[in-house]
Amino acid sequence: MDKPKFVYVVYVATTQEKLWNALIDARVTTQYWQHENVSDWKPGSKWEHRESNKERTLKLVGKVIESSPPRRLVVTWADPSDEKREEKHSRVTFELEPVRGVIRLTVTHDLLEPGSDMLEGITAGWPKVLSSLKSMLETGRPLPTLW
Amino acid sequence: MDKVFKALANPTRRKLLDSLRARNGETLGALCTDLDMTRQAVTQHLRCLEEASLVATIWRGREKLHYLNPVPLHEIYNRWIEKYERQQLQALSDLKKIAEGD
Repeated sequence: MDKPKFVYVVYVATTQEKLWNALIDARVTTQYWQHENVSDWKPGSKWEHRESNKERTLKLVGKVIESSPPRRLVVTWADPSDEKREEKHSRVTFELEPVRGVIRLTVTHDLLEPGSDMLEGITAGWPKVLSSLKSMLETGRPLPTLW
Repeated sequence: MDKVFKALANPTRRKLLDSLRARNGETLGALCTDLDMTRQAVTQHLRCLEEASLVATIWRGREKLHYLNPVPLHEIYNRWIEKYERQQLQALSDLKKIAEGD
């Protein structure tokens, strides 16, 4: 088994259900991510990541590999131009775990191509997205502008 | 946030974070090779970093792998640096690098 490339952890004072919903509900992701995660979230289904603008620009695509609400979500993650080339897809695992009265969210992003634009993008992106998510769930206010 | 500042207020722990930035997902053994101290001392520094959530760990079989977790640093950055200041600060930091020939 390969080493995962990145592991991000954030502790959020919320419930597993609210945190789970914040990952899969496009109306919520648009608030803290300024992008929409769209899918029916059934294993095997496609998911899309779109900008919350008028054009609703498609940013990422992938498939739902595992969906076990409200604990574990695994999706593949790819640039739309690589949709057909599955060997280029990376993988994101979200794990939600209650720890001492708060929820620990662990995001593992692996199968990334070394030196790729995707790798550069996600290393800049995840810390922003996760701190905005935490801020929104704890204070009702996401970070003002992410991108 | 106190834990983050406490964890950062130590050169060995900052060096451990630098090592992980260069090679993410290292074992304790690999991290020890960069440092001239006992395994036990390194373990304690890593625990402090883990408690501050600056290092995230996962188990792969019997190996514990350590990952740099920059999320708490981003929270600090957001707390004191306004969006409109970011570009100017980046420019200043670039200028400093060039001027110092870094």
